[in-house]
Amino acid sequence: MTAVRCVDICKTYRQGDQDIKALDHLSVEIQKGEFVCLMSPSGGGKTTLLNAIGGLDIPDSGEVWVADKRIDQMSKGELADLRLANIGFVFQAYNLIPVLTAQENIEFVMQVQGVPTARRREKSLAILEEVGLTGLESRRPAAMSGGQQQRVAVARAIVSRPALVLADEPTANLDSKTADELMELFKELNEHHNTTFVIATHDQRVMRYAKRIIRMRDGRIVDDIEQNAA
Amino acid sequence: MNIVLRLAWRNLWRHARRTWLTIGAMVFSNTLLVFMISFQFSMYELMIDNSLRVFTGHIQVQAPGYNDDQKMRQVVPGVQGLAEQLRNDLESDTVAARGWAFGLASSEARSYGIGIYGVEPEFEGRVSNIPGLIEEGRFLGEIDAMEIVIGAVLARNLRVGVGDELTLLGSGLDGSFAAAVVVVVGIFESGVKEVDRNIAEMPLGTFQDVFYMDGAGHQVVMQASTLEDAPALQGKVAAGLPAGLVVHDWTVLQPGLKQAIQADMSSAFFMYGILVILVAFSVLNTQLMSVLERTHEFGVVMALGMKPGRLGRLVMLETALMGLLGFLLGAAAGALLTYWLSVNGLSYPGMEEMAANFNLPGRVYPQVSLEKTVFGPAVVFLFTLLAAVYPALRLRRLHPVEAMRSN
Amino acid sequence: MRMLPVLSRLAWRYLWRNHRRTIVMLSAISVGAWAMIFMTALTRGMVDQMIADGISVIPGHVQVHNPDYLDDPSVNNRIALTDAELEQRFGEAGFAAWASRVRVPAVITSERESRGVTLLGIDPDAERAFSFVDYDKVDGRFLEGPDDNGVVIGAKLAETLETTVGKRIVLMSQDPDNEIADRGFRVVGLFHANMDVYEETYAFIGKRTAQKMLRIGDTVSELVFVGSDYRNVEPVYEKVSAAVDDSVKVSRWTEVDTYLGTMLGVMDGFMLIWVIVIFLALSFGLVNTLVMAVFERVREIGLMLALGMKPMSILGQIIIESMMLLAVGLLIGDVLAYVTVKPLESGVDISIVAKGMEMFGASSILYPKLYMDDVILSNVVVLVLGFLASLSPAWRASRYEPVEAITKV
Repeated sequence: MTAVRCVDICKTYRQGDQDIKALDHLSVEIQKGEFVCLMSPSGGGKTTLLNAIGGLDIPDSGEVWVADKRIDQMSKGELADLRLANIGFVFQAYNLIPVLTAQENIEFVMQVQGVPTARRREKSLAILEEVGLTGLESRRPAAMSGGQQQRVAVARAIVSRPALVLADEPTANLDSKTADELMELFKELNEHHNTTFVIATHDQRVMRYAKRIIRMRDGRIVDDIEQNAA
Repeated sequence: MNIVLRLAWRNLWRHARRTWLTIGAMVFSNTLLVFMISFQFSMYELMIDNSLRVFTGHIQVQAPGYNDDQKMRQVVPGVQGLAEQLRNDLESDTVAARGWAFGLASSEARSYGIGIYGVEPEFEGRVSNIPGLIEEGRFLGEIDAMEIVIGAVLARNLRVGVGDELTLLGSGLDGSFAAAVVVVVGIFESGVKEVDRNIAEMPLGTFQDVFYMDGAGHQVVMQASTLEDAPALQGKVAAGLPAGLVVHDWTVLQPGLKQAIQADMSSAFFMYGILVILVAFSVLNTQLMSVLERTHEFGVVMALGMKPGRLGRLVMLETALMGLLGFLLGAAAGALLTYWLSVNGLSYPGMEEMAANFNLPGRVYPQVSLEKTVFGPAVVFLFTLLAAVYPALRLRRLHPVEAMRSN
Repeated sequence: MRMLPVLSRLAWRYLWRNHRRTIVMLSAISVGAWAMIFMTALTRGMVDQMIADGISVIPGHVQVHNPDYLDDPSVNNRIALTDAELEQRFGEAGFAAWASRVRVPAVITSERESRGVTLLGIDPDAERAFSFVDYDKVDGRFLEGPDDNGVVIGAKLAETLETTVGKRIVLMSQDPDNEIADRGFRVVGLFHANMDVYEETYAFIGKRTAQKMLRIGDTVSELVFVGSDYRNVEPVYEKVSAAVDDSVKVSRWTEVDTYLGTMLGVMDGFMLIWVIVIFLALSFGLVNTLVMAVFERVREIGLMLALGMKPMSILGQIIIESMMLLAVGLLIGDVLAYVTVKPLESGVDISIVAKGMEMFGASSILYPKLYMDDVILSNVVVLVLGFLASLSPAWRASRYEPVEAITKV
């Protein structure tokens, strides 16, 4: 199945008195279960593309399809529902709500979805174990290391088993060891649950894990390579 | 312009909405304070003035003890002479002599016990409104005419009109039986029930004859040009007074008036105090936040060599600028509101009935004055500065390195 | 609705995240709430007392007079119904209290002085329930029946007349033919009242003694009726009106003393205005706090929106935060008010401004009274207005675009 399909999308920003073409007639298809890396120099458009796929930022023109649903014409409410049910996000920073504990952060999405209390608790504890953070349920983000915080964010992103996980520079603030651990986790999830991963990054360490690398520059795709992942 | 001043000013506008909201609190409170204080004090002045002008005057010469006991025998001897002497000494004609007795007034149909005043027809109008409030007929004429003027309510109760006769019965100064028949020549209406029901005035000469006063009276009433001049007048009069007499000011003559004002002021000041405190809290909140969120920035500045004391002064300066804006805008708004009301008047439902009790009109026109406008906002400004002391002091405890680590 | 628990948890925790700001706001709200309720209790106590005093002097909730009496309160304007007839019409009607009395202007003379008074010929047992005189606190004794031959006057009047219990005075008035009607009485009691003016104005004698002295047979000047609630005298008014015809005039107490009647309404109005003024003063700080809180949380709001939370939920969370802040502040303020008012309920002595209070018609001891209704009103007004004030910052928060919010540095 096609997880993501973009057809000729364009997005232009105004910065100061200049127009910046973040996405320039870009088309791409990603299948379910793929592990894709988006690379570009800063400002190259990868974050914009990620946001477009995630329904956070509607392109000026073109079509965006996620799980065979056309999202570029959905209302804000529908997009919110889409993100809630189908997409997991891992942002570069500020992934967690600081006033909630690790467990509560993970349960947050499920609460919004309306999952009953007992099940929520069950699933959140299970996922904490899966990401190797058992024992940290009651910690607040401020009391965790950068790596732990990211892992909680990942746990939250995948706990409701979304079809698609979008990650924007997930390793930017992590040291090598932690970055590797995180990527191992991604890989495992991708292989065990067939979750589609689209990761925007310019971290070489991440690239080693990707099965497909899409390079972008000035809003266009300049390279689209399959490779043998680590 | 001083760079610190410029910096303080710009800092204020980094978070324009927050600053405006804080100033908003000040302007709101200040406007209210200016308006209420102007209104309040205008009312007090009016109340006092109106009450005193009806009958009491600003100061009175009496026998000691008369004010409390009102006994016939507590007299001012040779009262007319004393009044004339005072007129000469003070070079003023707002001086009038009076006598008072309790008696029974009978018309054909009714009888009522009333207070009967003997007054000097020529001068009474200078110290009392009553001669000017004659609705029917005229005021008294000759000092020894057998005439009387009474209040409208009394006239109604006695069933008399101008031209009718009244029989007066009472006791003279020496205890003997006093009686007279007088003609009602005028009926006055002051609007104050107590006055219109209980007071009757006859010429002093006639009074002294009827009640065997032997030239004595009970009061010499005086009015100063303004209320503020009354104490000076009192001093002058006291200096030249014959022994055995005292001179009272209005606070002694109408203690209720002063106390009513005091009671009202206390409750008003309680309310003003609360408003000021609430504004102070608002400022405290804003400045505290303003300081805390700049921790990093202050850390940098301190690392570069600025002393915490100067930073504290910066915060105080910011607060002062904000407070100044609040002061000026609030005082101006308050003054404008008061001015508008001074032209159009202020009235609220129920005010007329309540006001009548206090000699006030049903519509008040508050007066704008510098003190009344500035006082409230000045106190708010003071408390604003006080509120900023805590956040400013916190800066002293800041360590550059820690500070820079935050955020 | 199902979001309520998670939004409430967020709201509560966000409040305490910046505890200094929250504490400052709570202090402000508590002070404001305390001031509202404290002032209201003081005013309410004063007005209650004033009205109770005033009604006790009028007296009663509803009165009946000869139609000309109110303009001309003389002996000629009497009610032409005998005691027996009155008993028949009103005896079984079930009023809390009622009485008929003689009331005329008179002159009282002692050896030394004379003064004008209002002479009241009463049936002491019938009037005990509503009289402003406390029969048990009279120096000497109060009247013992409508045939009592003594007179009871106010302590202050006795002072002015230089007389006292046991001495004789003369009461002088007129009969319906305008002839002098006078009689000597022995002073049997001196009463004390809240205000000097009452002590100086009223003299009590037995009803039948008065009727005999004034030669008015079995007739009276006024009828007094008391119901259960001075705020609502309509039931009493209607009952009384039904039992009389046009030959008499029935008046509610608010018509007899218009000052008091309007006082109630005006005071109610003032208190509401005071509550609103305090709230407005607080509202600037409240909105500021919310605006600041939202501003600090832009990224988190963006995150929540990105995760799929609906904008309405964001709005709800901010509103809940504001409501919690107000509720806690109000609670503290309520408790503070209770704790400060209760000890004062036994009376605050303000006799230093006694004469001034008399001008208002109030006594020199203030009895603050905390009414649940007033407390509830203050709290509800603050919560409702607070809700309205929070709408703007909450609305703005919900309008954030996730992308902008998250990328805000």
